[in-house]
Amino acid sequence: MNGFIGALFDPAMPFVRNAVIAGLLSSVLFGVLGAIVTVKRIAGLAGAISHAVLGGIGLALFLSFKGIVPGLPPIAGALVFAVLAAVLIGIVSLKAKQREDTVINAIWAIGMSLGVLFIAKTPGYADPMSYLFGNILLVSGRDLVLLAVLDVVVLALAWLFYPQIEASAFDEEFAQTRGVPVVAVFLGILTVTALAIVLLQTFVGIVMVIAMLTLPAGTAGYTARSLAGMMVGGVLLSALFSLGGLATSWTLDLPAGAVVVVMSGAVFLGTAAARGLLQAVRKRHSAAGGTR
Amino acid sequence: MEPVVISGNAAIATGAIATAPKPIAMKFEGVSYAYGQVAVLDNATFHIHEGEFAVLLGPNGAGKTTILRLLLGLARPDSGRVLVLGANPRFARDSVGYVPQHTTYDPAFPITVEEVVRMGRLRGAVGRFRREHQEAIDQALELAGVSDLRARLYSALSGGQRRRVLVARALAGKPRFLVLDEPTANMDADSERGLYRALGDIKGTATILVVTHDTGYVSALTDTVLCVGEHRGRGRNVTRHAAAPTAEAPEGFFGGQALRVLHDTTVPDSACCGEKADGV
Repeated sequence: MNGFIGALFDPAMPFVRNAVIAGLLSSVLFGVLGAIVTVKRIAGLAGAISHAVLGGIGLALFLSFKGIVPGLPPIAGALVFAVLAAVLIGIVSLKAKQREDTVINAIWAIGMSLGVLFIAKTPGYADPMSYLFGNILLVSGRDLVLLAVLDVVVLALAWLFYPQIEASAFDEEFAQTRGVPVVAVFLGILTVTALAIVLLQTFVGIVMVIAMLTLPAGTAGYTARSLAGMMVGGVLLSALFSLGGLATSWTLDLPAGAVVVVMSGAVFLGTAAARGLLQAVRKRHSAAGGTR
Repeated sequence: MEPVVISGNAAIATGAIATAPKPIAMKFEGVSYAYGQVAVLDNATFHIHEGEFAVLLGPNGAGKTTILRLLLGLARPDSGRVLVLGANPRFARDSVGYVPQHTTYDPAFPITVEEVVRMGRLRGAVGRFRREHQEAIDQALELAGVSDLRARLYSALSGGQRRRVLVARALAGKPRFLVLDEPTANMDADSERGLYRALGDIKGTATILVVTHDTGYVSALTDTVLCVGEHRGRGRNVTRHAAAPTAEAPEGFFGGQALRVLHDTTVPDSACCGEKADGV
């Protein structure tokens, strides 16, 4: 642990400091968007978007390598694919309820497969591992700026439209009768989530980003009394897991993203089990009290 | 079936003998609606007046939900028109309070009773809650009899309590027209009594429409009974029926007194506006 704190302030190792800043900036998105994704029950849709993003990354690498669009950064392809996938999934979810699962899984699979195919045809990028599982030590200054900008945008939108978001997640039909444009709210949430996924995948990778969008917020949801409380709790837990995960991974020489996700998952499951146990004990107590 | 003569209490119960008719709160004029090839409504014409307590009844699958969606502006008629408080339902939303069944709510959603009721103050795409909304929220909680539950988690309430919270949410918008979808489904007798006491207090200050699948009896508060009618091949229409006091209603129904719906009567849609029932 001392080694990690030493590295954090070592001017020769700016990437450690960048990683910590990225972790903290990501926590805002994990907590705020995660709470919305969880109560709106669109984790499945967000998962499909995040996997489809690999197609865009592969395409950008391929186009750049072939000289068709020289210097095209992978994040540009990822953004295009993320927004396309969000719009497509949003429309399918609204219009084709019967086939929703099938179509969304198809988008998930096709996006990923395209990524694998493009990367296979791009020499030098044969290993998509860092995109799949993240590599926080590769976070650049530009990534940090983008993350900070998205943090501000997400916080502003969540503050401005909190009542509309809360109502459309709690009772969509009622929200609609109050004039809330529920379709726009839904597509807006999906699009912002898609953009966030692209920036967050540098941290935990596209495979695990959905875990961080659900586990900390879900854990906070066990004790929260409002959506706002769930957001704040989710941000704090995410920050805790991010810092703890980074320190642990540095100390034990393990992949940071995976450590962060395992920590979040363990705390989520542990909390769920503890609550289940507590409820069972209470039930027994009250049953015993009732028979006396 | 031949329509029967309506007189006495039954006529009063349906509002068939009216003094000067009040303005119309909601009106369907020759409304037809189909889901794809499946016709639901065919040329349905009916209306209710401001201040009335109306009940829309019909068996499951008859098209009550469709009528609800049309009058809430969530669907548009294929032909004919729907007017709510004199306007297109989409423009009357601010004046309408809706109490849905809300059977698919997420028990893991972290939200308190007061915050649920606050949703009733929502107006459109923008606007946050301000302090001046608090008074309306407090009044609504009081009127629905759930003030003491305000700080509780919504998921910790019983089904009957949740329903009354949803009534409070609808009242928080200070509606001129209150629409309740199956308000007493899965409700215990105490909660039902509490709900109908609240509706009795509200009656007169707002027009009330209760939608229910129970076709036998209606609350004694009822002025107008509207039945989603027989399927005529191209969809159903809506018929106004009479109702009369009865001693046969199961105990505790509607918190006390009930009226029996007289399905073999047909009251013309214009009866409440001065005309008398068929056969009179």
